[in-house]
Amino acid sequence: MGIQRGHQARPGEWLAEKFIFLVSLSAILMVLLIFLFVAREALPVFFGQTNTALVQTPIPPDELEKHSPAELQAYLGVTPDQYAKMKPAMLRDLMEVKVEEQNDIPDDFRNDPDARINTTEWKYLLRAHQWTDYHKPEYIWQPVGQIQKYNIIPLVVGTLKVTLVGLLFAVPLAVGAAIYVSQLARPRLREILKPAIELLSGIPSVVVGFFALIVMATVLQSLFHYQTRLNALVAGLALGFAVIPVIFSIAEDALTSVPRAYTQAALALGASRWQTAWQIVLPAALPGVFAATVLGFGRAIGETMIVLMVCSASVMSWSVFDSARSITTTIAAEMAEAVSGGPHYRILFMLGALLFAATFVSNMIGDFVIHRFKQKLEGKR
Amino acid sequence: MNTVTTPQHLPDPPKPATRHFRAEKFDFWSFFFSGLTGLATLFILGILATILLNILVNGWSAISWHFVSTIPKKDFFDAKTTGVLPMIVGTSFRVIVMTIFVIPVGVITAIYLTEYAPNTSIITRIIRAAVNNLAGVPSIVFGLFGLGFFINFVGKNLDLVLNNTNAVWGQPALLWASLTLAVMTLPVVIVATEESLKAIPPGLREASLALGATKLETILRVVLPQALPGIMTGGILAVSRAAGEVAPILFTGVAYYMASLPTHLSDQFMDLGYHVFVLSTQSPNIDQTRPILYATVLVLLFLTFALNLVAILIRARVRKKLRALG
Repeated sequence: MGIQRGHQARPGEWLAEKFIFLVSLSAILMVLLIFLFVAREALPVFFGQTNTALVQTPIPPDELEKHSPAELQAYLGVTPDQYAKMKPAMLRDLMEVKVEEQNDIPDDFRNDPDARINTTEWKYLLRAHQWTDYHKPEYIWQPVGQIQKYNIIPLVVGTLKVTLVGLLFAVPLAVGAAIYVSQLARPRLREILKPAIELLSGIPSVVVGFFALIVMATVLQSLFHYQTRLNALVAGLALGFAVIPVIFSIAEDALTSVPRAYTQAALALGASRWQTAWQIVLPAALPGVFAATVLGFGRAIGETMIVLMVCSASVMSWSVFDSARSITTTIAAEMAEAVSGGPHYRILFMLGALLFAATFVSNMIGDFVIHRFKQKLEGKR
Repeated sequence: MNTVTTPQHLPDPPKPATRHFRAEKFDFWSFFFSGLTGLATLFILGILATILLNILVNGWSAISWHFVSTIPKKDFFDAKTTGVLPMIVGTSFRVIVMTIFVIPVGVITAIYLTEYAPNTSIITRIIRAAVNNLAGVPSIVFGLFGLGFFINFVGKNLDLVLNNTNAVWGQPALLWASLTLAVMTLPVVIVATEESLKAIPPGLREASLALGATKLETILRVVLPQALPGIMTGGILAVSRAAGEVAPILFTGVAYYMASLPTHLSDQFMDLGYHVFVLSTQSPNIDQTRPILYATVLVLLFLTFALNLVAILIRARVRKKLRALG
């Protein structure tokens, strides 16, 4: 109500309020900007405007006028912005360079059918393809070399593999600890345990990765005697360390917010503390625990440094004793080598956009479930 | 009491009626599962203790004043001559610049959300959803955002406007890394500040308003001073989170090696976390690098973890206050 009367009586106050409101919009602005600018760099991939075919039918520079701008942009691999800034003379130079490049291609590639493929088409990004010298169709991520292979399926599999190991390890531990801390431990003990477990989130992921690489990998290998020292199991367990505090905090919060009347009624009826926790409190808090798992999942697929340090070879395999390369790792490891604006760069941004979308959805689900859960407990539904 | 004269042959006096109305029957499965959850808790604490002790013990023996205060030569894998001064300076710089940007924006947003925002309006819900989402965006995506927005868009256009012939701002720089981190830690500051603002009794605000202060005056003179510990917690948490993050700065400012300390916002910088990554993955001989690796991790952990501990202690006190209120 102060706002309506205020801007005449106290213009300063009114301005300050508007300013505070505008600043508070920055969070929305940032989410929009992140989405816009990650997607912007990836757009050519989504619209099929990139072309990685090694052997292309050369266009002689004299025929510049005969072709449409769109054709030329795709042929030269430039964005519409860059194209608009170029003078015809510069375009001609570029086209000559392109013709020379085509002439320099070794003969064995000239006869290779793979060299005529645009590997950034969705078909090649998602489905197995039988490359020359391979015996069966395969999923391959191999962005370097003459023929760049950008199949993202091995990366998706690698991400899910590591994430699942991490969650299988983290969820039982974190939820178990949440039950203990919120329901079974004495109040004084709880005051110590809760912050102590939350301390785990204070360890930077690069330090967890370091610990996994230097200490855990060796210990686990001597325990299980597997071949590859740095595999998805080590990465997944280390990932679990990073996810435990996330799941624990949210699950503990949900369990604690179950009304005390539930607990007291169960105890009064003669149930033991464990029976109360397991049969009354946990079912009541189940949406919260589910949300904790979903948010933990979002955190796990987005974790970069741990997987980057522990394992990075991209192999198409579901076995946890093989290496794995996650989406985050791929972006972190390859962005430095990718030519800015080139197909590799665009595909990495496309992966980033996918990751953003995946975490966006899992965050939305998690928050929605928690919101409903809290409303239900407050009886507001 | 004259216990000495009590006749020995009399039966014991009847026990006073117990206050336990429920028979404490021993239930094996309850005991078993309670123990299991207790073990899970213990196991998590065990992991934490193992990591910390391992780093503390191994790092302590390798750390020295020389190590902390030396600018290393190009070959920083050599245990005798290496040092981490540029990394400490780089990490501190980027965190300080980040704080300058994130604290005002975060605190003002939190003030809007707790003091002004109508609780049910759509815009408030969108802001909250955005804050929650920002907290869940993977750190590497922030790195991509920094590259795509700050460097390739803002920086390149800034160079055009300023007529720089060489790329000054359109390349990885301390400023861009800090701004990227500021975007990343915005939710941390907002959530912590909001928590502490909510812990302030409404009576204080009402008293101030009743004395004739305007809403803004109430916030500036009454609410904010009370909320200071919470705002500090948010700041410290943001700093400790940002100091340990590597992924967002990979493309936005970190350098593998620099011979001198960063002096300008457009300089690149060396970073502790990134240095840990380099030492543990690129070392030609990991056995020789291990001591300096442990020492570097210890320095990084000291910067991030010690701060975190302080923040958690303050937050525990704020929460206790909150619980006491309602």
